[in-house]
Order: sequence, then C-alpha cells, then structure tokens
Amino acid sequence: MSKVKRNQWIAFGLLSLATAFTIVILLAILFYVMSQGLEMISWEFLTENPRNMGAEGGIYPAILGTIYLVGMTLLIATPIGVGTAIYLNEYTREGPFKRTIRFTTEALAGIPSIVFGLFGFVFFVILLEPYTGGWSILSGSLTGVIMILPVIIRASEEALRNVPNALREGSLALGTTRWYTIKKTVLPVAFPGILSSIILSIGRVVGETAAFLLTLGGSLLLPRTIFDGSRTLSLHLYMVAMETGNMDMALGTGAVLIILVLIINFTAGFLFKRLVKRFS
Amino acid sequence: MDKQINKTKIAVNQLSFFYGEKQALHEISIDIPEREVFALIGPSGCGKSTFLRTLNRLNDLIHKTKVIGTIEIDGQDIYNSDIDVVQLRTAVGMVFQKPNPFPSSIFDNVAYGPRAHGIKDKKELNKIVEKSLRQAALWDEVKDRLNEPGTSLSGGQQQRLCIARVMAVEPGIILMDEPTSALDPLATTKIEDLINELRKNYTIVIVTHNMEQAARVSDKTAFFLDGEVVEVGPTDELFTNPEKQETEDYITGKFG
Ligand SMILES: Nc1ncnc2c1ncn2[C@@H]1O[C@H](COP(=O)(O)OP(=O)(O)O)[C@@H](O)[C@H]1O
Ligand SMILES: [Mg+2]
Repeated sequence: MSKVKRNQWIAFGLLSLATAFTIVILLAILFYVMSQGLEMISWEFLTENPRNMGAEGGIYPAILGTIYLVGMTLLIATPIGVGTAIYLNEYTREGPFKRTIRFTTEALAGIPSIVFGLFGFVFFVILLEPYTGGWSILSGSLTGVIMILPVIIRASEEALRNVPNALREGSLALGTTRWYTIKKTVLPVAFPGILSSIILSIGRVVGETAAFLLTLGGSLLLPRTIFDGSRTLSLHLYMVAMETGNMDMALGTGAVLIILVLIINFTAGFLFKRLVKRFS
Repeated sequence: MDKQINKTKIAVNQLSFFYGEKQALHEISIDIPEREVFALIGPSGCGKSTFLRTLNRLNDLIHKTKVIGTIEIDGQDIYNSDIDVVQLRTAVGMVFQKPNPFPSSIFDNVAYGPRAHGIKDKKELNKIVEKSLRQAALWDEVKDRLNEPGTSLSGGQQQRLCIARVMAVEPGIILMDEPTSALDPLATTKIEDLINELRKNYTIVIVTHNMEQAARVSDKTAFFLDGEVVEVGPTDELFTNPEKQETEDYITGKFG
C-alpha cells in the first residue's frame, strides 16, 4: 500500500469513528430521555396543574406558557422581521445604510441568549414594569422577539434573494407597481423559505431557558393574560430538576420537549425541500 | 411586402445610456414605424437588450444608470418627469429571452396584468384570458387545463403564455428580447408565425441573434455594433445590399 493511500485510509477511519461517536452519543441521549420520559407521559401529565413545585402533578401550565410565549413572540417578530427583509431586499440598494443594518443583525445573532435575558430583565421586567407586568409573557415575548429577529430577517432576506429577478421584471413589465409585484409574485415564491425560518425560530424559543428565566419569572400558575408570569417547558424542566430533584418529572417534560422540537424540525425540513424543488 | 409608409410610433433621438461609468449606447437615433416589425441585430454584448429595455424603462431598476437623449412614444417623451412608468409599461409590453411564467396557473398568468389594473369581474377576466390566449395561438392547446401551472407547459408554450400575458393588458407596442433563443425549431416557427399575425395590430421591436429570423419576420432592421447603430433600413435591402462594410461582414458571418 502506498503512503498516500494509507494516509487516506487512516483519515477515513478517524472520520468514521468521529461520526460514529457523535451518532452513538446522540442516540444514547435520545434513548435515555425517551425511555425514561415517555412512561411519565399520560393524559393527566399533559393536562393537570403541577403540585408540590412540579414534583408531582402535570405540566399543563408550562405547555400553555410555551404556546402563549411562542405565539406572542411570532406575532410581533414576524411582521417586523419579514417587513425589514422586504425593505432591505426590495427597496434599498447596496450601500452604507444597508451594510450597517446587516452588520447589526449579524452582531445580534451572535450574542449569547443570557445577555438578551439580562437586557429583557432590566428593560422590560424592571423599567417597563407598569406596562409589561414585570415578569410576564409579554416581557418574555419581547425578549424573544429581539432574540429571533436576526434569524427571521436573515432567512427571509435569503428567501427573497432567491426569487428570480426574471419574475420581478416579468411582473413590472406588465405595468404593475412594485408593491403589487412583491405581494403577488415575490412573497408567494419566497413564502416557503420565510415560513421555514419562522419555524426554526420557534425551535429557538422553545429550546431557550436562560433568557426566559430572567423575563418570564417561572410562575407555576395558569397564565390568564399576557401580563401574567409563566414558564416554558424548557424552563419547567430546568426548575423541576434543580428545585425538586424529581428527575422522572423532568425527564417526562424533556420527552414532551423533544417530541415538540422534532415535529418542528421535520416541518421546517419539509417546507425547505419544497422550496428547493420549486427552483430546480 | 407592400411598402405603405406607416407613421412613426417610437422616435429615438441621440440616445446614450450608461451603466455607471460604462457607456453602453452611443447617440442612437432610430424611428420605429407603427404596426411594423423592427428587428435589432448585432453581436452579443453590443447593447441590443440595453436599448430594448430603455423603451419600457426597465433599466430604471438597475442602480446608477443614466439616460441622455430622448425617446418619444406617440410624441411623448417617456423619460419626462411627469410620465407614469407603470402606465408606460402597460402600453409597452415585453417578452423576455427566457420564458418567465409566474408560478401560478395558466389562467392566473394571463389574468395577472388585468387584475393588477383593477379588473375583478370573473366573466370579464374569462373573456380577456380567452381572447389573449387565442391571440397568442395557445388557446386550443390549453383551454382544457387553464388551472394547471404555467410552468407545466413546454418551453415554446410558456413563451406563448408570456405573450398572451402581455396581450391581456393591451399594449400598443411589444418588445421581444430574443424570444426564441431558448426554443427548438418547431416552437420557433410557431412564435414567428405568431409575430406575423400580431404585426397587423402591434408595433413589434424584436432582438434576434438569428439573421434568418430577422429576415423572415421583420420589415426594418437596425444593425448594432459596440453600442452604436451602424446601419438601419428595410430588412430586405439591409440583407441583400448593405451599405456599410461592418454590416456585410456581420451578415455574411465574418464575425459575431
Ligand atoms: N446590468 C448591467 N450592468 C453593467 N453593465 C451591463 C449590464 N447589463 C449589460 N451590461 C453591459 O452592457 C453592454 C451591452 O449589453 P447588452 O445590452 O446585454 O447586449 P446584447 O443584448 O446586445 O447582448 C455589455 O457590454 C454588457 O456587459
Ligand atoms: Mg441581450
């Protein structure tokens, strides 16, 4: 065997090993959480209030809290994010202004979430307390918005950039306005890409703990308005594990969380494939 | 071809065009008569598309471009500041090099323009769509599947769909930028037949790479070279008896 060939085999061997290692660990985690957690899941677990700080009972408020938080965050972030992307991609030309905005979104995307949490705590929870209710779904959502805006803006811009210019020109050449062209041609074509960015950012909100620990508060009560404090499933998992030490409850929550995230990722993947197919 | 003299539809006077610093068109002056087919020929990169796109101001979309000189359509300077570009583009339709149907149904493709101009009545839209598809010689092929996506058609059908889409907004002028360069010979023949049909009612400006095509479909031809018009005249004369040496070299295939 030549030296080159032998090196190639060694490299191949090491890379396969690394891959196998990753897959084994991932599967082990998944298997552990699911095998322990799934048996916790029951109708009661999903629909009842927790008792004893979450050491007993269900996780209903955390499910509801997650849904409210995600819904509220998207409700605010989607129009702002998609609107910004449209503005950047369809109405502005390359230049210092656009570069500044892009730099800001990039920078925002790289900030650790606990920093967003700290900002949200100081700004929304404390400073704006009379308007946000302090620790509340609103404060959490506003923090979540800042966190996912860069994701939505960047991915939506990408989706808009991928819309062939020939379609824009074809539409404008028929004597239509820029806005009509965006509304009727550009956005529909970019839609799957935009949607998958939104779905991915749901994943980010669902999985986030640090930022919401500081802004949602962690109330175990059923949230009634957006001014009530709450907790998400991730937060619940963390708090149950840390405060009660009841690992079964934490693992059950973890299993629900994993299932939720898997569903979200599969949906995003499916939509993304549809987008790719459309342009090939 | 009988030689009745039609009145000028598009009058181009001393037109220069710049992409940034780069000058793509040099002081072009051409008169394009009404209800005739006017062909633009010349080697690739000589400014044919650029010229065509000044006629519906599609070049406005490109950053840092500059136009000097005038283009008058029906006596109106289309670069005048009081011109409504949207209205101009309604009056001056365009068919592109690569068919670019919208990713929607055949019906919606044709109804796109009329809807943009505020027509909502379903019956009226039906009428416009049928009429436009007939004009584009596509009706018989698609009348049973108007709800299928426009992109499901063959290349030649897609191009005729794009022509129908233009017909639907009733422009007086149709610009075509190498409309058959992406098509097979059979589809090309169909488009050429269509052009021969449309010349009765429309002023057509067509860019073509293919000199036989210019000879087959056009009344007048302008030969472009490096952003300048070298020669313009009745197509048969330009092809049989060119005045300039460059024209002769080009049409005899010495370059380009
Ligand atoms: N968007 C653009 N920006 C800068 N230069 C361009 C642009 N489009 C075309 N050009 C240049 O203008 C010249 C004429 O191009 P074009 O009008 O496309 O030629 P043709 O259609 O005859 O092939 C070419 O040199 C081309 O490189
Ligand atoms: Mg061209």
